[in-house]
Amino acid sequence: MEALTLQVADAGNNLLAARNQMGFTLGFHIVLACFGVAFPAVMLIAEVIGRRRGDPEALRLARNWSKGVAVLFAVGAVSGTVLSFEFGLLWPRFMDRFGDAFGIAFAIEGIFFFLEAIFIAIYIYGWDRLSPRAHMLSAIPIVISGIGGAFSVVAANAWMNQPQGFDLDAAGNVTNVRPFEVIFNSATGYEFFHMWLAAYMVTGFLIASVYAVGMLRGRRDRYHRLGFLIPFTLAAIATPIQLFVGDTAARAVADDQPAKFAGLECIYKSGDDQAEHIGGICHDGKVTGGISIPGLDSLLVGFSTGTYVKGLDQIPADRHPPANTLLHLSFDTMVGIGTALFLLAVWFAISWWRRRDIPSTPWFLRAGSVAGLAAILALECGWIVTEVGRQPWIVYGFMRTAAAVTPAKGIWFVFAVTMLIYIALGTIAVLVLRGLSRRWREDQLTHVDDVPYGPPAAPEEAG
Amino acid sequence: MSKADVCAAILWTGITLYAVFGGADFGAGMWDLLSGTGDRADHVRDQIDRSIGPVWEANHVWLIFVLVVLWTAFPTLFSAIMTTLYIPLALAALGIVLRGAGFAFRHALPGPVQAPATRVFGLSSVLTPFFMGTVVGAVASGQVPAGGDGDPTGSWIGFLPLVTGALFVAVAAYTAAIFLVRDSGAARDAALHAYFRRRALIAAVVAGAVAVVGVFALHHDARYVYDGLTSWPGIALVILSAACGIAALALLLTGRDVGMRPAAVGAVVAVIWGYFAAAWPYVLPTSLTISGAAGASASLTAVIIVFGVAAVVVVPSLILLFTLAQRQALEYGSRGSD
Repeated sequence: MEALTLQVADAGNNLLAARNQMGFTLGFHIVLACFGVAFPAVMLIAEVIGRRRGDPEALRLARNWSKGVAVLFAVGAVSGTVLSFEFGLLWPRFMDRFGDAFGIAFAIEGIFFFLEAIFIAIYIYGWDRLSPRAHMLSAIPIVISGIGGAFSVVAANAWMNQPQGFDLDAAGNVTNVRPFEVIFNSATGYEFFHMWLAAYMVTGFLIASVYAVGMLRGRRDRYHRLGFLIPFTLAAIATPIQLFVGDTAARAVADDQPAKFAGLECIYKSGDDQAEHIGGICHDGKVTGGISIPGLDSLLVGFSTGTYVKGLDQIPADRHPPANTLLHLSFDTMVGIGTALFLLAVWFAISWWRRRDIPSTPWFLRAGSVAGLAAILALECGWIVTEVGRQPWIVYGFMRTAAAVTPAKGIWFVFAVTMLIYIALGTIAVLVLRGLSRRWREDQLTHVDDVPYGPPAAPEEAG
Repeated sequence: MSKADVCAAILWTGITLYAVFGGADFGAGMWDLLSGTGDRADHVRDQIDRSIGPVWEANHVWLIFVLVVLWTAFPTLFSAIMTTLYIPLALAALGIVLRGAGFAFRHALPGPVQAPATRVFGLSSVLTPFFMGTVVGAVASGQVPAGGDGDPTGSWIGFLPLVTGALFVAVAAYTAAIFLVRDSGAARDAALHAYFRRRALIAAVVAGAVAVVGVFALHHDARYVYDGLTSWPGIALVILSAACGIAALALLLTGRDVGMRPAAVGAVVAVIWGYFAAAWPYVLPTSLTISGAAGASASLTAVIIVFGVAAVVVVPSLILLFTLAQRQALEYGSRGSD
């Protein structure tokens, strides 16, 4: 009996350690994944502009960005491989029972990942070697596989939120898998579009912010201007669509996962005419602090203040998501940043429409220079909402996270080591990218021997 | 042949490709580590970069492919391996992280930190295949229970697992050296050609010796696999592997590059499939069969379809990349001889 108690205590300890480990490594990877999805598109747009208009500065941007794509893809491939290991190392019971359903989307993702890796290498190799047309064409598979890869991975995550397309036999094993229903489960649509647009926003705003800082420091040449305009415009187009998609997603979550929705909106008591809480601490069945707008939550969910919204009181306590305040504040932060970025995009659009230029006040560039980090923060918050909000389930309604975790010892230790390595990895990646950009700036010629990964340059240029 | 058998063959194809191409990358990292310092070492490193730089990323996608097929088609097997061999697997993952980071960054880092980054890259190139080898050895020796949760240390710290780890390292170094002989030969760099040729010979002898020890280890720890390898059809593949290995050695000794690469790769591939034939119908010898480990039927179909699509879409792309990368080696060759 005592041994059993000890085992259960161990499992509880392991659960927290494993969730931390998974959360941290995924939170790291998700930023790199965004770059894998969207950076190739930014790079390709610069090349197309450069070739069409005979603009050497745009071409120089495309060439330099392709090296950024390579570095970030290399680091992302590594952190993605770690995640594949972690599925088994941390959640073996989950993979054992549901691997054959959950895995299908990943099998498809494998193809996209492969194509992306191959064509990034070809694209970088192809500068000065392939004809301009062939070179631009070689970027198209990268852009497509970025989107396809994102779709597949998000479909797998959506399936954890809305598990469908399988039956359970008497022993509780997965049977009669229907791959189409697994992949196109009812959450895939909104989760995918939400993530895809998020990738374009994070990438666009972050690259633009690098050049916004440069312009604030007085580097107002065409290179910096274009370096800001191309990614910023892409992100600015994605932002209003994202607000619409995000709003749709929230409504869908209210239907699909009432516990998650009640958690993130801090709704304790079921009923109509629900107030929308902005900010505040959620505990003991009430919200302290923050602003409450009467009826707004019901209005947002069902377009009428009379809409009934399920609260945590109607959901058994052992099915409540943990860390309510974390969920709530993460959600509010995400929505708040999204709205602020939308206003920034509107500001830019008005100025462009009236003067064909970015707003002349330095305040716009100051806002632009923090927009990238803000977008990353919103991304992480959104991801916390999805993942923490699904708890205590790993497969919503079918398997608890506690039942999926490994009994292996030492996860806290692994977690500590992982933190150290990833912090070093992230720091070095940022330093390397900064170092590259400084060299590109100081020397108009593109250095080619400093390509961190990928083939050396074509001989005529290196010589 | 059942759908599960087809999926097992697909899994094995992925493992083979990872062992050959990923293995060559690891081996190149080892030669990088052993190249020392000075002008010649820089020269050696340049050749290694040229050889693996363009294809490095793609080679390692095979690992993802193997993991995905494993958990989708054989979820029980995946879970059994992961809950038993988590220590060597975590160490292999650590090696992959350090190696990837070292390789990605070492050229872009400022001078003083380049050397440590290079060492990290080289050391992790040894550790990763070693721990992967211990995993394979543990599986072969029946140390992984079908239900998982086997002995986390005793399962892989044993005669066969450790020998298999050493064999993986030696074979990776050997394959890489052969590839580098071929590439430096194509680049008409006589000094480097001789340099890698010498190393390929040493690696061939070491790998051969470890393989012989491996036979005893198999006999001792993995009787089922040993019996399979010493009877038809396993024995045919063992003989094929030995023949290829001897042919590659002969070509190496006579200084003829043509046919050397296929022979060396053939030796590795034959032994991998020899194991497959010997262990059949088991994935965990004598405790879990291919059909017993297989997941839901529709998931197996999905894996087979995905593999078919990959064969049509990925393989031509990969051939394009390899062709371009080879052309690059030639470009450098013509420049070097100017």
